[in-house]
Amino acid sequence: MDSHLMPRGVRRCPLAQFLLWILPWCALLAFGLYGAGLCLVKGLNQTNMDNRFAFGLWIFLDLTAIALGAGAFFTGFLLYILKKSELKAVINSAVVIGFICYSGAVAALLVDVGQPLRFWFTFWHPNVHSMLTEITFCITCYLTVLCIEYVPIVLKNRKLRQIPSFLVFEFELHKSMPVLAGVGTFLSFFHQGSLGGLYGVLRGRPFAFREGFAIWPSTFFLFLLSAAAAGPAFILLTTWVVSKISGKQLVRAAVLPLLGRISGVLLIPYVLLKSVDTLVWIDRTAPARGFAAHQFFIWKPFGAWMLFAEILLFGLLPALILLRRHLRQSTGWLVSAAVLVCLGVTLNRFVLTLQTLSLPTLPFDAFLTYMPSWQETATFLAVVAYGVLIYSFSFRYLTLFPEEKDLPQPVRSHETERVVMEPVC
Amino acid sequence: MSATQTKPARYGMAIDLDRCTGCGACMIGCAVENNVPPARPEATPRTGITWMRVYQISNGAPFPDRRAAFIPILCQQCGNETPCAAVCPQEAVEVDPATGIVDQMPQRCLGCRYCMAACPYHARYFNWWDPQWPPGMERTLNPDVATRMRGVVEKCNFCHGRLHAARTHAATEGRRDLLPGEYVPACAEACPAEAIVFGDLNDAASEVAKLARDGHSFRILERLGTDSKIYYRTARAWVRAAAEEPAARKENDRG
Repeated sequence: MDSHLMPRGVRRCPLAQFLLWILPWCALLAFGLYGAGLCLVKGLNQTNMDNRFAFGLWIFLDLTAIALGAGAFFTGFLLYILKKSELKAVINSAVVIGFICYSGAVAALLVDVGQPLRFWFTFWHPNVHSMLTEITFCITCYLTVLCIEYVPIVLKNRKLRQIPSFLVFEFELHKSMPVLAGVGTFLSFFHQGSLGGLYGVLRGRPFAFREGFAIWPSTFFLFLLSAAAAGPAFILLTTWVVSKISGKQLVRAAVLPLLGRISGVLLIPYVLLKSVDTLVWIDRTAPARGFAAHQFFIWKPFGAWMLFAEILLFGLLPALILLRRHLRQSTGWLVSAAVLVCLGVTLNRFVLTLQTLSLPTLPFDAFLTYMPSWQETATFLAVVAYGVLIYSFSFRYLTLFPEEKDLPQPVRSHETERVVMEPVC
Repeated sequence: MSATQTKPARYGMAIDLDRCTGCGACMIGCAVENNVPPARPEATPRTGITWMRVYQISNGAPFPDRRAAFIPILCQQCGNETPCAAVCPQEAVEVDPATGIVDQMPQRCLGCRYCMAACPYHARYFNWWDPQWPPGMERTLNPDVATRMRGVVEKCNFCHGRLHAARTHAATEGRRDLLPGEYVPACAEACPAEAIVFGDLNDAASEVAKLARDGHSFRILERLGTDSKIYYRTARAWVRAAAEEPAARKENDRG
């Protein structure tokens, strides 16, 4: 029914099957929007955040989504600046993922602030010393860049291409892609780092505070590096998942191992620097502020195991897997390593945001816990549903994987008779 | 510097923990002076607003050796790279060089709560609800202090309204500088045990400056280097240890 809207040369599932797929996500989105609406109308008393847990699930979501969405800028950087042409196979998908992650994070942020209508105050009265100012400026600019990068992908839609002015516009936009990739990389270098600096500069929070270089704490550089490592791993993972769900071969066999290798190469210096940073923090930074580092790990369930898990299980282990050629060729190892990398960056953001706030700073204060309310969880799920929906529509109607149409598509034996005649999902 | 003052002041406080009985009069005095609304029924100790919070600590010994002490915590008016002022993305927090007071501008606050995450003293409070007063109680509101709206952060400002009133009074008498004791925050005035002494730390002859130099005085989390202007004083070793040593115990009785 809607095949005239799909890219030429690719097969997609019947419309009814697609509608069945998006229905639960639409329901989840509606439920989440209701929760977010309650927070906007009735206020943040709808959440379980409080004066100690000033940040909660949403800030964790923001930091994680932006780290995982880093694949957009880093893939663009590798493709357009370093001319790694193999990555052309996933750049469109990377842009869509980046757009989803950043727009989702910005939407969550607008619900998270107490006075969303004052968002422009940061541009009007900017405090240049605040990491949050830098983040606000860079994320706003980069989301604009991502929108501009997304537009040519949309305009390449089979139906939209029939409009000559759109075609010209898309062609002109496409020519500016290397410039946009450069701008995106520049902006991303700053805000990915600033997100790390967000907590690293907190002199009053010895668990998070880090020394660094000039005005930037070490977390600035660690966040940048970890995001650059996790971005390609997340693209690898999403490409694999979409391939599994759709039953299609989306990219040539060499592309996913290449993404894995990029991730592995970046993880090694990250693990090294993170280890050095942790040792400096244990030996110098925390004691200088009157805290012995082991004191931070006496509060259960946040034991020292999290530190080891973050560095060894979710850092060193996937890095070693991804750097071994024969392991990279195995889908099982490759995907498992990518999962570990993404979990690692998620845990890192969790530790820095939520663990920091749960730990007492005043000597006579208590360790506190926090459990998000259903409204917070619903808003979180709305962002997830929004992402799935945008990606699903993009995958169906836009060319996210240019190589797909040229690749032999596997046909599942039990579906042979039916599927050969009909497009599969 | 303010046009009404010739000498920069550094207002601070000395709180005698050995005198504090934990009565909470300072909290009430503060709330009334600064139009802090009554807590909503659904508020918890973690979501309510009290610019001054009195923590209760104990020595942990069994009866009859059990001893308790109370530590009033308010904004410590940090003087060195003030953590909250440094992080606020839209300069809604400012440090007045004429007084050293860290001021919050709720009218400019976005409600991002980054300052709350940055404050090591947990002395900043978010308006989780619209402020509401029981019918009739609005008439008790202080006309010199603006109420705050839902979704913004607020904190102790050493009763800024009183500072303005004192300055105005001094101006009517042709003075530009305030006399000692002319400007006193509500908590210091309300304390029945006279445990809170307020004044200019730059004035070496002032009582607060003398108390700050006392051998039994200390500042909480001094090693963070925030250069706070709230000094605590106790002659009891266990109280000082409990107030100074980080993470000494896992549980406490919060005031």
